[in-house]
Amino acid sequence: MELIINMGLLSMLAMTAIAIVRIKDLFAVAMLAGIYGLISASFFVMMDAVDVAFTEASVGAGISTLLMLTTLAITGRFEKADKKSRTRFALPLVLLTGALLIYGTLDMPSFGAADSPVQEHVAPRYLNDSAQEIGIPNVVTSVLASYRAFDTFGEVIVIFTAGVGVLALLMRTDLPPISSVKNTASMEEHMVLRIVAKMLIPLILLFGLYVQFHGEYGPGGGFQAGVIFASAFFLYAMLYGMNAARKVIDSSLVQVLAALGVLIYGTTGVVAMLSGKNFLDYSVFSEDPVHAQHLGILFIELGVGLTVATVMIIIFFTFSGRSQVEGERD
Amino acid sequence: MEGILNIVSWFLLVFGGFLCISGAVGLLRFPDFFTRMHAASVTDTLATAMILIGLFIQAESWLVQVKLVMVLLFVLLTSPTAGHALVMAALHAGLEPVLPKQKQASVEAGR
Repeated sequence: MELIINMGLLSMLAMTAIAIVRIKDLFAVAMLAGIYGLISASFFVMMDAVDVAFTEASVGAGISTLLMLTTLAITGRFEKADKKSRTRFALPLVLLTGALLIYGTLDMPSFGAADSPVQEHVAPRYLNDSAQEIGIPNVVTSVLASYRAFDTFGEVIVIFTAGVGVLALLMRTDLPPISSVKNTASMEEHMVLRIVAKMLIPLILLFGLYVQFHGEYGPGGGFQAGVIFASAFFLYAMLYGMNAARKVIDSSLVQVLAALGVLIYGTTGVVAMLSGKNFLDYSVFSEDPVHAQHLGILFIELGVGLTVATVMIIIFFTFSGRSQVEGERD
Repeated sequence: MEGILNIVSWFLLVFGGFLCISGAVGLLRFPDFFTRMHAASVTDTLATAMILIGLFIQAESWLVQVKLVMVLLFVLLTSPTAGHALVMAALHAGLEPVLPKQKQASVEAGR
């Protein structure tokens, strides 16, 4: 049964990918990319990777679709036609790369094999000792936030760098001050959407906080929570207009908060170093080692959530601000 | 008692699944965008509600039941709204519904 569902999901993935390549209407492509994310998320659920599925659903199907749509507002809706000579060259190249990749998989252990290196190296220790050492039910969180906290630090910095990069490339300092522009929300007439959004936004924020602080017990954590939290602001900005949203979110404050998230994470590590322990050794926070782990995970998840949410907001608002300026120029 | 609850919940689950399929058939076979959206959004809302209620009866703990109720409320709010937004966007973009010939004539006479 599981095999049939897996095969169905995988063939749907392949079909979506082919459709994405063939369709020239970029709006439809953005939507299909969202569908691709959702199917991948279902596939991850089938593989019992609930945390990954959660991330894929919120990032792949949610935020990235939205960001693609905001980009389309700047670039235009239809793909330009390819030059024929380039497509003729591309097909053999793609076929060759694909063949090499498939050849590479022949050396890999078969799917789910018990003697593959992934199952033998550190995984058994994490699975066996997590309950005593960290004392939280969700092993994914204890690997991500405690055993492998240094790797996660790298991920957070990648996200932060993405935010800084978007700001460096696209930030406009010459946006007119808020008070001088009249609110040009195109959604003014959509009463139903506005009222439903008003009902949902507090619930979305609340759910974001739940995911943030419940990550030790169920699927979730800083990454997913940050994305969910940011999506509430996106919803507000889309339905009430950018100017109304700019009143709610002070962009300089958001930039400071994005840096603060990374700072919280790093400081958690440095505090341990100052006490003579290793970087990100949580045992300095409390006498009781398990309690110390809880505190450490709480701190760094807070840093992750803060950075992810604010960087998403920065990217969205910089893109939309850009399209606003372009629209006025036309 | 348990038998009756089981029958009720299974009825809800199966009927909800049937509605999902009928919505998909409608989505594929109806003539224009508006009727297709109608098939998708109406059956989607009812089918999801029925499946969730069916699962609510089957749920073991009250925590799961509370979560299911929250999902149900969320779906009841968002699913019709999404349908509404799509149809409004289509109207806004100038898409016209396919009407039967008589009605088409009366609409054009009324213009």
